[in-house]
Amino acid sequence: MESEKQRTPDENGYFGDYGGRFVPETLIVALNELDDAWSKFRNDPSFQEELAAWLKDYCGRPTPLYRARKLAAALDIKEIYLKREDLAHTGAHKINNTMGQALLACRMGKKRLIAETGAGQHGVATATAAALFGLDCEVYMGEKDIERQAMNVFRMDLLGAKVIPVSSGSRTLKDATNEAIRDWVTNVGNTHYIIGSVVGPHPYPAMVRDFQRVIGIETRSQILEMSGVLPDVVFACVGGGSNAIGIFHPFLEDDLELVGVEAAGSGIMSGAHSAPLSVGRPGVLHGSLSYLLQTEDGQIKEAHSISAGLDYPGVGPEHSFLKDQGRAKYISVTDTEALTALRLLCRVEGIIPALESAHAIAGVIQEAEQLKDKTVVINLSGRGDKDVATLAKLESGEDEK
Amino acid sequence: MKRLEQKFRELKKEGAKALITFITAGDPDLDATCDLVETLVAAGADVVELGVPFSDPLADGPTIQAASGRALAQGVTLKKIIATVAKIRLRTDIPLVLMSYYNPLFSYGLEEFVADAATAGVDGVIVPDLPLEESYLLRSLADGKIAVVPLAAPTTPDARLAKIVASGSGFLYYVTVTGITGTRTSLPLELTSTLDRVRKIADKLPLAAGFGISTPEQARVIGKHSDAIIVGSALVEIIATHGAADSGRKKLFDFVGSLRQALDA
Repeated sequence: MESEKQRTPDENGYFGDYGGRFVPETLIVALNELDDAWSKFRNDPSFQEELAAWLKDYCGRPTPLYRARKLAAALDIKEIYLKREDLAHTGAHKINNTMGQALLACRMGKKRLIAETGAGQHGVATATAAALFGLDCEVYMGEKDIERQAMNVFRMDLLGAKVIPVSSGSRTLKDATNEAIRDWVTNVGNTHYIIGSVVGPHPYPAMVRDFQRVIGIETRSQILEMSGVLPDVVFACVGGGSNAIGIFHPFLEDDLELVGVEAAGSGIMSGAHSAPLSVGRPGVLHGSLSYLLQTEDGQIKEAHSISAGLDYPGVGPEHSFLKDQGRAKYISVTDTEALTALRLLCRVEGIIPALESAHAIAGVIQEAEQLKDKTVVINLSGRGDKDVATLAKLESGEDEK
Repeated sequence: MKRLEQKFRELKKEGAKALITFITAGDPDLDATCDLVETLVAAGADVVELGVPFSDPLADGPTIQAASGRALAQGVTLKKIIATVAKIRLRTDIPLVLMSYYNPLFSYGLEEFVADAATAGVDGVIVPDLPLEESYLLRSLADGKIAVVPLAAPTTPDARLAKIVASGSGFLYYVTVTGITGTRTSLPLELTSTLDRVRKIADKLPLAAGFGISTPEQARVIGKHSDAIIVGSALVEIIATHGAADSGRKKLFDFVGSLRQALDA
């Protein structure tokens, strides 16, 4: 059941004060077309049935909700459930969105897909959908991320996508997004831009959320089936915030706590972090108004996180809205805390989480004192195979000390 | 703002076309910007656009991205640019328009920006990432103080174009290509007929064509189908290559002069 409140944003794409459409005029017509197409297909049974079939047979949905007894015991928390998005095809929740958008692109008659990627998970998920539906695919990726996520670059190549290195600015996700937008402005006629998170101009934040809501819808029915009651708290990591919105959204009207975990990088005080909701202020980047890391003069600051997927100075506008409303709480954990959490999950549960998802677990560790008698759900948004090179480097670095 | 209206009125009376020149403020530094504006004026520019550098210029190609980067490395801010405009105003009456992405303006505070810019002698502002639907607040604050120059693109439908023109002031910035700023060896074949069509709808404002215009020949052809041409990246490139000292300014002067001649031919 969907209440009116859950159908935010308004017709101009605003969630309260946040969102909107701050893009060059050239793209407005394309955004209108996309908005029209999405409004039509989101209520079209044939589209929804086709998407549901792909998600089930091809992506492996529903993903399990797994009761992590060992982790709960290790942290002295009553119950912990992991939503296993790491078990979805391609290894992360990103596929939910790219399958939806690629299918939409086909219906709109677009032959070419472009995407930006940070950790490479969204790039791989876009390349996968493009291969499946026979579409051309080019993925923009910062040079720094290409170095630290080499395996995903190779996967995209195998899937037939072209990875375009981005050398401007911080050479990470922010700059890859700039370059993807420049491509879209230039090739808007035949190209659909698959944004990988709940960011960007309207209708992207709402549309990507709608594609990711499947996480929360499944979680809700799974936990009711397994334990008979709703959880007390839901945790998810927040970069752009798509896995978090995906799991939060179907619980918005319920009486439970929602906690988003940002990347504090080297520590909030160090200035080298990716925590706009924790310490940023509202501004405009990549087409929407939301909390941002920026200088006093309105220049966008470079973010930092050990996790390429969280290394972004902005955040989806709906998170800014949920923060101001007080409906969700946002905390942050450092690189070190995320690594500790990653190692813990490996050892006690035999699951190697993505560095991004490790932030959600670290958030639970940080709050463990208050969670003793609670039932906690953590969105395990992706698997950690892509991060083993980064981890190996860190291990060897530590050995040298 | 009056300077802008007056300039277009005069040119219309003379049957002449406006040459709008863009440089990035603070590239290579703000003192140089003052001198460069003087060079542009002397070479025959009618309006000068000063680009406000931004960390993420997503409507710009490599040339202006690089200029933005150089200016930011100098510590250039919107505040300093407005102060520079006040200095330039002591030397020339040429209409001055700032081109800025939205976030630096938003961060400055729109009301403060309009007040400070108008006081310093800024005549208008162009915001490439602020489409019609988002520009209401800035337009209402700027009303009667500085022009908020609207942009239209080849993808803009006629009905929307009419609304954009009705809402805007100063001139209509018509983006000639679907793409980002930067020099191009060829412009769309249908551009001249497109401009004729746009002019019919956009008769309330002078029609200025920009993006990709970089040669006297392009200026000549497009000038016949518009009220103004805008040249940016080609000038920024000259400054990047030859600097802003005497020899660079001489190159800039000669090139802008050649555009002027082509436009007047």
